[in-house]
Amino acid sequence: MNIIEVRNVTKEYANHVALDDVSISIPKGSIFGLLGPNGAGKTSLIRIINQITGPDKGEILFDGEHLNSSHISRIGYLPEERGLYKKMKVGEQLLYLAQLKGLSQKQAMEKLKTWFIKFDIKTWWDKSVADLSKGMQQKVQFVSTVLHEPDLIILDEPFSGFDPINANLIRDEILELKQKGSTIIFSTHRMETVEELCDNIALIHKSKKVLDGPKNLIKEQFKTNTYFVEYKGELDLLGSDFNVLDQKELENGYRRTNIHLGENVSPNALLMNLLPRVEVRAFGENIPSMSDIFMRSVNEVPEA
Amino acid sequence: MRNIFLVIKREYLVRVKKRSFLVMTLLGPLLFVGFYATVIWVALGSVDAKTVQVLDESGLFRKEFKDSETLKFRFLDSTIDKAKADFKNGDANALVFIPKNVIKEPKSVRIYAAKNVSMDLKSDIEKVIEKQIEDIKLSEAGITHKILEDSRVNVNSETISLSEEGEKTSSSGAATVIGGICAFLIYMSVFIYGTQVMRGITEEKTSRIVEVIISSVKPFDLMLGKIIGVALVGLTQFILWITLTAGLTSATSAVVSARMAKESPEIQQEMDKIQKGMPRQQMPGGNVENPVSEVLGAINSLNIPLILGCFLFYYLGGYLLYSALFGAVGAAVDNDADTQQFMLPITLPIIFSFVFAQFVLRDPDGTLAFWTSMIPFTSPIIMMVRIPFGVPAWEIALSMVLLVIGFMGTTWLAARIYRVGILMYGKKVSYKELAKWIFYK
Repeated sequence: MNIIEVRNVTKEYANHVALDDVSISIPKGSIFGLLGPNGAGKTSLIRIINQITGPDKGEILFDGEHLNSSHISRIGYLPEERGLYKKMKVGEQLLYLAQLKGLSQKQAMEKLKTWFIKFDIKTWWDKSVADLSKGMQQKVQFVSTVLHEPDLIILDEPFSGFDPINANLIRDEILELKQKGSTIIFSTHRMETVEELCDNIALIHKSKKVLDGPKNLIKEQFKTNTYFVEYKGELDLLGSDFNVLDQKELENGYRRTNIHLGENVSPNALLMNLLPRVEVRAFGENIPSMSDIFMRSVNEVPEA
Repeated sequence: MRNIFLVIKREYLVRVKKRSFLVMTLLGPLLFVGFYATVIWVALGSVDAKTVQVLDESGLFRKEFKDSETLKFRFLDSTIDKAKADFKNGDANALVFIPKNVIKEPKSVRIYAAKNVSMDLKSDIEKVIEKQIEDIKLSEAGITHKILEDSRVNVNSETISLSEEGEKTSSSGAATVIGGICAFLIYMSVFIYGTQVMRGITEEKTSRIVEVIISSVKPFDLMLGKIIGVALVGLTQFILWITLTAGLTSATSAVVSARMAKESPEIQQEMDKIQKGMPRQQMPGGNVENPVSEVLGAINSLNIPLILGCFLFYYLGGYLLYSALFGAVGAAVDNDADTQQFMLPITLPIIFSFVFAQFVLRDPDGTLAFWTSMIPFTSPIIMMVRIPFGVPAWEIALSMVLLVIGFMGTTWLAARIYRVGILMYGKKVSYKELAKWIFYK
């Protein structure tokens, strides 16, 4: 079941196309990474899902229904450019934002209490936002994003501006929200975050979707069937099935080399070939990082 | 609907809770009443008698200069040269020299003073001399005082407006004052509250909270909520001002009249004197008792409920019309400093209507008055100037309908600019750009 179904969405602005026939499915209960270089069209897509703007062509389904205003209260959105009313008090502001998302004042109060205790920020209630540090403001804004327990949480660069401790805190919260059944969309350039948290990804580049699917499948797809070996000794020719790509001297006489395997050659064959010749310290498959995948996908797309 | 209400509530409470709102609300009436109380107090209190020396060579005026609360006359019997020399050392405020042949050459009267003499003093003295010369000349011509008294007719035309409800004593003086005050209040409030809307929108845009808000609220609702919220702040302020001013005024006038009662009848005379110096044609009725009751009487002759009702309507209409435009400007720019270039076309019609108002006050039924009270951009101010003078019902109705159409138009226009503008950053916006925004689908 998909919570969001983007179907052939096109969005044009006065002098450029922001999204060109993009279709994406976001499975319920997953953490979904929306990737792409700056200006690729991620924010445009997020704004369409948030109903800030509408698509020119195509349609969006939310939980199987056509996206409409009743879904607004089921979405929580943390934009990349954070902002709160500077002169308003933290408590009042959070109450206001929660009520805009459809909570009653009483419900909002109760939920806020829990979060204020959880984040240990009880003393902030009567402070005005301008008196908080940037990191503190981010925390407040995170609370405002998830307070109404939305089914879909859209986080645009959620970790920017947090110190490592608070970033961890937020990361744990995100995982907990996922546990509780929320779907989370990450829009980010930080591949380590994607690597760590995302189940599914989509990559948008130059207004087009170039890649999407479950992260492990994509990685599988991008595997080059190369293995690395760290060893001591002389590694001479292994046979035509094994193509030595490079060799690097390590400390204490160890070397590291990458070997590409031919079609239908198992890594065991390579190991068997290696063992009599050299002393193996480490051996493993080269699994492409998200960063590699990102770079390769983006560079492969021909200039429009 | 719920969200508009929430936005209105926030906008309203944030502003009303501000210290500056409280200060303005309390200070406004205090300043207003304080100003008038001071003026009256000073006017009543400054019975600082001035001494005037009179050197009357003709000997005709000795009986005519009578001491009053403000003026004490001392008569000299010396030569003018000596009197002038003495005057420099003495403590008198002025020296009046009336030469022998004053009847033939009235212009030869001289007033000497260390400093410039006040207009009041000058005219008081001139009046006495004029009257005496007049009397002398008249009696030389054989006209006695008796005939003179009989021939003096006091004409005080009462201006009466003819309307369907029948004749009603009107007062163009009070109408001018009321019309002027209403126009000024609308002028000020459109500026003050319109700018508040603009600031509020720019603040949301620059603080970037707008993106969060419009993911929950439609941009149009957010804009409208803000406009209505600020309008209510304005109304609250007006109502508080009116109540406080009324309260303070009655308190102040109680104090003033208590003092008047104590120090009368001199004060009363004083007031009468001031009264006589004023142009009479504005005031209806011949018997002048006290200026305060006269003004009150004149105000009572106006249709106060109609004026108040229209004031509220035109305040709201004018405010809605302009604040939508101010809001569009706030959405189009990135910070307060950039608003200047777009402010001019909005402020010009407001300033123009205020300037036109001066002419309309003089000719409330003229062509200029009619057209400017129909055009929605000028009608809130101009119509309020005209209403105390009496305006045909159909004109008011037409002007109101046009104003409603006008503000719906500007709100629509503003909403088109607003929805694009609030998410547009780092771009210097031109008029051409704005026009494009309006026609985005």
